[in-house]
Amino acid sequence: MSKTQVHFHPDGQEALVELLFQLADDDFLLAYRGSEWLGLAPHIEEDIAFSSISQDTMGHAAMYYQLLEDLGCGSADELAHARPASARRNAVLLERANGPGHYLREPRYDWAFTVVRQYFYTQAKRVRLESLTKSSYAPLAEVAAKIQVELHYHLLHWHTWFVQLTNAPLEARTRMTKAIQDVAADFAGVLTLGAKGTEMVRWGLIDEEKVLTENTIAALAPAFAEVGLDWPMPFGMKHGNGRNGEHTPDLDEALATLSEVYRAVPHAIW
Amino acid sequence: MKKQNDATLAAPGSQSGKTAADWEMRGRIMTKEEVWKTLELVKDPEIHSVSIVDLGMVERVDVHDGAVSISLLPTFLGCPALDIIRAKVEEAVKQAGASAVTVEFLRHPPWTSDRISEAGRERLKQFGIAPPPRQMSPGAWQVECPYCGAERTVMENLFGPTACRSIFYCKQCKNPFEAMKPVLISG
Repeated sequence: MSKTQVHFHPDGQEALVELLFQLADDDFLLAYRGSEWLGLAPHIEEDIAFSSISQDTMGHAAMYYQLLEDLGCGSADELAHARPASARRNAVLLERANGPGHYLREPRYDWAFTVVRQYFYTQAKRVRLESLTKSSYAPLAEVAAKIQVELHYHLLHWHTWFVQLTNAPLEARTRMTKAIQDVAADFAGVLTLGAKGTEMVRWGLIDEEKVLTENTIAALAPAFAEVGLDWPMPFGMKHGNGRNGEHTPDLDEALATLSEVYRAVPHAIW
Repeated sequence: MKKQNDATLAAPGSQSGKTAADWEMRGRIMTKEEVWKTLELVKDPEIHSVSIVDLGMVERVDVHDGAVSISLLPTFLGCPALDIIRAKVEEAVKQAGASAVTVEFLRHPPWTSDRISEAGRERLKQFGIAPPPRQMSPGAWQVECPYCGAERTVMENLFGPTACRSIFYCKQCKNPFEAMKPVLISG
C-alpha cells in the first residue's frame, strides 16, 4: 500500500501502536487458525468460503502491520512473523487451537467451536471497525472503512452457520451450546483494550471498552433470540489476557509453524 | 530483473529484438490521456476480458516532468493479484514509453462495485460473470444469468474462486456461472 511515512502526536503514539498491534495480531492469528481448516472443512463449498474469508482476514492484518511499518515499528513481514509470543497482543481466544489432534496427523478439530468463535469475533470486529472509522488517526480510519465494506460477507456467512447448527436437533445443538460457553469464557479478552485502553480513548483513537462491549452484545443478542438460547454472560478471560502479553502454549505452536519458512529463509520475498 | 533491463539499455535492439524506433519511444513524455489509454490494456489477471480501468481501480493518473504516477484502489484487501497488477501496470506504462513510473495502492476511498463501468459490466458478462447489482435491495440479490439473461438463478455459494466472486446456477439454461459480489458502503 501507500508508503508515505506518517506521524501521530508523540505523546499518543504509544497508545496508537498498542492498538494497531491488537488489531493486527487478532486478525493474523484467527486467519491462521482459519487456514488450518483448508481441506478439512465440512464440505467443498465451505472449504472455498472459509479459505476466502481467511485470506481476506490475512489481508486485513497485513494492512494493520503496514500502518505499524509506516510508523517506524519495523517491516510488516517481520512484525507478522518474527515477534515472540510475549510481544503478541491478540486475544487468547483467537490463538487457541481448532481442537485436539494436529493438522498433519489426525486433526480432530471442533467445527462448533470454530463457528462460534468466528461468529462472535466477526460481530466484535464489526463494532470495533465502526468505531475506528471515526478514529483520530486518519490512516486507521481509512483502513477501517475499507475493511468494513468487506466484512459484510464474513458476517453473513458465520451468522448462517451459527443459526443453522444451533437450531439443528440433537448433537449439533448440544455441541453448539457447549461451544458457546467455551467461547464466552474467553470472549472478554477480545473486547478489552488492555492496560493502555484509557490512553487510546483519551487520544480519540477508539471508543471506550464499555461502549464497544455494549454494542457487541447488542449485535449478538438477536441471534440468541433466533436460536432460543440464554445469553452466556458474563464473558471471561479464562486463559489469560492476551492484550497484556499473556498467552497459551497454543500460540507458541502456531508461531513456530507459521514462521517456519520465514525463519529458514529470512530474505525470501513474500 | 533489474540487471536484464540495464543490459537492454546498453544494447537496444540487439537481443530483445527492439528496433531503433522502439528505442526512441523510451524516455518521451506521455500525456495523461495516453497513460489512461495504456491502462485500458492492463487486464485483471483473473478476468482476462476486463481492464483495471473497466473495474474502476484507477483512481488517479499524474504526469510530472515525464514521471508517471498512478494511484490504484485495491478491490479486496486479501486479493493476491494486487502485486501482479502493480507489476503489469509498471510494465505496460514503461512499454508505452514512460521513463519513470510509480504505482501505489491507496487506502482511501474504498473501492466499491458501482465503480465498474458500463463497458466493464458487458465484458464481465462475456467472461461468464454476472456484474454486481447497482444497488443493494434489502435481503435480496437478484442475479441475471450472463449467458441467457434469465432471472431464474440460485446462489450455490456466496464465496467463489476469488474473494470478489460468488457461484450461481441458472435454472433456465442449466449453466453454472459466477457473479461479482456487490461491495457497497452501507449507511
